[in-house]
Amino acid sequence: MKPENKPAKRRGEKTENRPVKEPKSGPDRKIVKKSEMVRLTINGKKVNALKGDTVLEAAREAGIEIPTLCHHEALIPTGSCRLCVVEVTAGGRTRTMASCVTPVADGMRVATDTPRLKRIRRMVVILLEARCPNIAIIKKLARDFGVRKNPFPKDDEDCFLCGMCVRACLEIVGVGAIGIANRGPESEVVPPFSVESGVCIGCGTCAAICPARTFTLEKVFRRRSMHTAGGVESVFRCKVCESHYTGT
Amino acid sequence: MTDKTRRKRAVRKATKGARVKKAPAKKVRRGTHRKAGARAGKAPARRTVSVCFGTCCVQNGARDVKAALEEALRARKLKSGVRVMNGSCSALCDRGPVVRVEPDGVVYTRVTPADAVEMTESHLAGGKVVKRLQALEGPALESMPPVADVGFFREQVLVAMRNRGRIDPDSIEAYIANDGYAALARALTELTPEKIISEVKASGLRGRGGGGFPTGLKWEICRNSPSPDGKYVVCNADEGDPGAFMDRSLLESDPHSVIEGMVIGARGIGADEGYVYVREEYPLACERILRAIETAREYGFLGEDVLGTGFSFDINVVRGAGAFVCGEETALMASIEGKEGRPRPRPPFPAECGLWGKPTNINNVETWANVAPIILRGSGWYASLGTAHSKGTKVFALVGKIVNAGLIEVPMGITLRKIIYDIGGGVPRGKELKAVQTGGPSGGCIPASMIDIPVDYEELARAGSIMGSGGLIVMDEDTCMVDVARYFVAFLEEESCGKCTPCREGVRRMREILTRITEGDGEPGDIDLLTELGMAIKEASLCGLGATAPNPVLTTIRYFEDEYRAHIYDKRCPARVCKALIVYRVVPDKCTGCQRCVRACPVGAISGPRSQPHNLDQTKCIKCGACYEVCKFDAIAGDAIYIE
Repeated sequence: MKPENKPAKRRGEKTENRPVKEPKSGPDRKIVKKSEMVRLTINGKKVNALKGDTVLEAAREAGIEIPTLCHHEALIPTGSCRLCVVEVTAGGRTRTMASCVTPVADGMRVATDTPRLKRIRRMVVILLEARCPNIAIIKKLARDFGVRKNPFPKDDEDCFLCGMCVRACLEIVGVGAIGIANRGPESEVVPPFSVESGVCIGCGTCAAICPARTFTLEKVFRRRSMHTAGGVESVFRCKVCESHYTGT
Repeated sequence: MTDKTRRKRAVRKATKGARVKKAPAKKVRRGTHRKAGARAGKAPARRTVSVCFGTCCVQNGARDVKAALEEALRARKLKSGVRVMNGSCSALCDRGPVVRVEPDGVVYTRVTPADAVEMTESHLAGGKVVKRLQALEGPALESMPPVADVGFFREQVLVAMRNRGRIDPDSIEAYIANDGYAALARALTELTPEKIISEVKASGLRGRGGGGFPTGLKWEICRNSPSPDGKYVVCNADEGDPGAFMDRSLLESDPHSVIEGMVIGARGIGADEGYVYVREEYPLACERILRAIETAREYGFLGEDVLGTGFSFDINVVRGAGAFVCGEETALMASIEGKEGRPRPRPPFPAECGLWGKPTNINNVETWANVAPIILRGSGWYASLGTAHSKGTKVFALVGKIVNAGLIEVPMGITLRKIIYDIGGGVPRGKELKAVQTGGPSGGCIPASMIDIPVDYEELARAGSIMGSGGLIVMDEDTCMVDVARYFVAFLEEESCGKCTPCREGVRRMREILTRITEGDGEPGDIDLLTELGMAIKEASLCGLGATAPNPVLTTIRYFEDEYRAHIYDKRCPARVCKALIVYRVVPDKCTGCQRCVRACPVGAISGPRSQPHNLDQTKCIKCGACYEVCKFDAIAGDAIYIE
């Protein structure tokens, strides 16, 4: 396995005990047993996938593009942005489902780009653009979907609640310092009770993974000087969870 | 000696002759409940007076009514011939306190403590029914017939609500006396788990919480899901729909019916533990189900070795925390697990992977309440009720602009017309019926022209609505359909969990547009935008809340588009509800200057000397309508204040 494919080393974890991540694509993908294989059709094309793959993974493996926003390879998918919707026909029923969370099944027929899906995705982008008109990735999505005039009055939020920062902090870093508080349109990403987190380790993963670039590394740490008897100390403050750190 | 003691002694001395001698305390057998009127060894009481002790009636003074009745009976020395007891919810929820006299089959409504003496004298002692307290209106009431002949009751077929108004909810003995737990005994001793499931499948019972999924099939899937660690059954008592209160009534009045259903289900599925998830806003229901569970354990219907058959099953109660979205099964499970109550995508379904990853069967309160009768009386009997695809009965909460509001249980397939007119007594004050909203905020409005449709899952879906949990909100000519859509959408906006874009952002935008329209700022493209937005939300949402949120909007546009157009293009509200769009004016030729409206106006917007036509200052008017209500001239003169 190439060195770049190895998962990042976790603090305190011995290299020998780290679980080896099976490559999902490329020349290193193992030869699979028939019982592990699932045969489905995407856009009329016959696709082979592994049991446990999602429709999104199977499509990408087959070279079929489906737009996403809240999806990341390293995170467990949640199906919250709804951009990746596809039409799935299985067992005589056709349903619109988020491909990132739909497991593949034998005989499944998937359509990824029908006019209906285009309309749905376009409406999702319109809603996002109305919420966050000044975020680069949303502006790009709007351009890609031909959204020029937005029928809704515009807000100016800097976060569209994809939740990747929260999931990364919990799943990758293992700390879970931030979460989504409140419900519905009042939702926001904050540490518990919006007070300074006691567990944030200042790793900056949330900032790195944020697609909105809301929390850039430069913004994360803001320098503040403190004069003490022993000299000048610098105090850094994390913009996401508002923890303070000392450092030079 | 303290003042208090001195006073107490003085009172005792003064009332010496009047005090009734206290009977010696009876020995109470341990482990049983002895309610007032327990009559071991005595002649049975000739009459039973049952005072409804559901939440609404208790709020309206049922306790005082009961005390007054007991006092009146004592004074008349009738206590031994009449038994006064706490009754379960009578379902006449807007006419409490309700008192029912058996075996006469007479129901009294709006009883006050002051009525107790008359009731005792006239009815209980003299055998003559007190007509003025029998206040159920409707076509069948000229000669004060007994309950079985009254339209409201005659058309109903009680299965889930079989014990309505008849038993003390806290008495397991009363439940047992009415065939309670007989079905469980049969299920555990005569049937195999597979046979239990096949009976429920054959009955055609479908989920009564709104989904309408075949219950027996769900049980079978859960049973067939492998799990060495055990399985769960869950009772969804979150009941978040505004206007729905059947689950509350069932839990408060007949908690054992739910418990019995759950034990039978657990036996069929192979579960060893159950949960009842009650919404936090139902303190009485929670109290009663907890007490019922404790009592059921004492009697051996729950716990280790149920009824001595070796089967073990117990139930925990978990309370909600004020979120409508937690009625959605995956959010409910997250809540039970102590996580944030947000839905997750399905598959996997709870029947395969539920609470803590184990197979879990979740059913609504009413569904569980139907299980025991099916096992006891057979799937054939249950399947004989209802329609081809919607078997059995359904409990509806009939509310709104209706004469007889309350809970009704009717066979599937009955028409809306029958429900509204024969059972509900029609629309009050001679107003015209406009629409019926079914299924709560996830449902749609069915116009008056379509009330001959039979009520079942498929027919309602075809009309664009859903059965939902059974809420039936009747609307008349004074209801603004745009305002109704706005109300439901505003509710859902607040209750949305916020996880997925279409629901969180889309429902909010729908509410914005509808509010604009009701405030007179509607724009020509609004109807199309609402439709397009609604369709996207319906198809792309993560869970049922979002997927059904556009229903009130889409159905009102479908059936009442002219009302939307009036708001948007004419800036007019035909039902005269949207305040921004109505104007109150005085008609100078008809105004006699009586000054009634001047006095009624809370902000002093009307002025004018007596006997001269009055003047209404529009800048001060807050559109409360008080002047309109008060200006009541005879039919010749007509109203001197009109709304445009």
